[in-house]
Amino acid sequence: MNTGKRLMQKSLHIDPGKCTGCLQCEMACSLDNEGAFNPAKSRIKVFDFHAEGRFVPYTCTQCAEAWCMKACPVDAISVDTLTGAKVVSDALCVGCKVCTIACPFGTINYNQTTGKVLKCDLCGGDPECAKACPTSAITFIDADWTGLERMRDWASKTDSGTRAEA
Amino acid sequence: MARYVIVGAGPAGVIAAETLRQQDADGEIVLLGGEPEPPYSRMAIPYYLTGGIEESGTHLRKAQDHYAKLGIEVRQAAVSKVDTGANSLVLADGSALPYDQLLLATGASPVRPPVPGLDLPGVHHCWTLEDARQIADLADPGASVVLMGAGFIGCIILESLLARDVKLTVVEMEDRMLPRMMDQTGGAMIKRWCEDKGTSVLTSTKVTEIKAADGGGLQVVLDSGEQVPAALVVVATGVKSNAELAQDGDIKVDQGIVVDNYLRTSVPNVYAAGDVAQAPDHSTGGWSVLAIQPTAADHGRVAALNMAGVETTYKGNLAMNVLDTAGLVSVSFGRWDGGDGCETAESVDAENFRYMRLVFDGDRVVGALCLGHTDHVGVLRGLIQGDVRLGDWKARLQADPCRIMEAYLGSTLS
Repeated sequence: MNTGKRLMQKSLHIDPGKCTGCLQCEMACSLDNEGAFNPAKSRIKVFDFHAEGRFVPYTCTQCAEAWCMKACPVDAISVDTLTGAKVVSDALCVGCKVCTIACPFGTINYNQTTGKVLKCDLCGGDPECAKACPTSAITFIDADWTGLERMRDWASKTDSGTRAEA
Repeated sequence: MARYVIVGAGPAGVIAAETLRQQDADGEIVLLGGEPEPPYSRMAIPYYLTGGIEESGTHLRKAQDHYAKLGIEVRQAAVSKVDTGANSLVLADGSALPYDQLLLATGASPVRPPVPGLDLPGVHHCWTLEDARQIADLADPGASVVLMGAGFIGCIILESLLARDVKLTVVEMEDRMLPRMMDQTGGAMIKRWCEDKGTSVLTSTKVTEIKAADGGGLQVVLDSGEQVPAALVVVATGVKSNAELAQDGDIKVDQGIVVDNYLRTSVPNVYAAGDVAQAPDHSTGGWSVLAIQPTAADHGRVAALNMAGVETTYKGNLAMNVLDTAGLVSVSFGRWDGGDGCETAESVDAENFRYMRLVFDGDRVVGALCLGHTDHVGVLRGLIQGDVRLGDWKARLQADPCRIMEAYLGSTLS
């Protein structure tokens, strides 16, 4: 993964149109991060829109605003300089959950079992969800191509005035 | 070279100092703190009380040289006066500290209710690290403890006290727990949850006096006439803005220091942020003081950007709270209590301590309460502050208010 030279940062790209709802991503995420096949502890969630017969995988976009990181009262969330991911330090997290209400995307969640919060950390630069996805609904590609602009527009609407620095 | 002075070393002050440094590599930044501690987070105190973290775990930044590395001078000093005419502070030792841009981030202080006996040994607020040390000394397993106030701070401390295995009595003058964060349904569930854990919860009850008991300890006298013995009384009856510094001068003060959309006070080079600032409110269109961490963080950042000349509009206060009361997590957002013309949708599962209430104004969510739901609750902020038009999703949320995440995705990504 780390080839010794600095790569362009990559992002998860999600194409809901390709998702079949197989939940392999949730399985892979929870196995890698929590050591068990337990979709309830997955950091990526597939939402099932019964009425329209479609599925939408959803996780943290590692947004520039980093609401979670800025709201943390004990500096427990930091930027992984290699991947750009916002990463929770379990050693520093006190479990106050302020980040879970500060994130307007709802992608950082409290884990009652550990008393800490959970969010996507891009698996250190090799995300398991993308590897597990059989239909390429989730891919890990150069950040410029991921169409995250739309999400970031949303972030800027909720933001305190400044535009996203994406 | 500009000199920025920040009064108050809580989250708003620290984030402002760091933001100023990002914007202005050369400016002089002085951060004044009132307590003999490194900048720390009051929010982390409950976790120190449970023994989950050391004191250092409450520090806002962990590296000892964090501020020095950024060229931020952290100083312990009390400020006696702001002289806006001379652009200078007068410190308690009589010295002057001139500024070009000033940020008042002086926070809030606990409200002291008019109850005789609050000065007795064994009666403490739970606000500063020093308060926490005193409480930790007295809250031994089996000790009788009376908690005055079942608001947000009271309920957060409640968790820590229970974790220390004390015999706890909670006294709240309003008719329910969390009167400013929960409605009757939610407040009643939290009360029952606490009672199930062995806590005595007395609502609609006032403490009329605290007396020294014969043979040591305290007696807490209630308006019912009952007396509760206590080794420790913790007073958590609300907080109020520390706006005194602004009061003598020409800085406009109401409930807090009044600021505009740029976090600027009525004096152009003086800003206010955090618990002391009364800022424009997203939900009401008026002004509000919100003594909460996310607001302090937002204020600190936006104020600093404007102080450094990067014009940035603040989008307004949004009330939001998350609270863990001995394992029962509650969340509130915005106009959860509704109001004129608002519609509501509720899902109540009292047996399992689960509750969700959404408040709609037209086809937008403007407020919410959740109990026992922790997944994706942040999206309620996205729905409210993003003014998301729900369209067809309003009816679906009315049928099942728990589908907030689907409603957000369905309304924004389709």
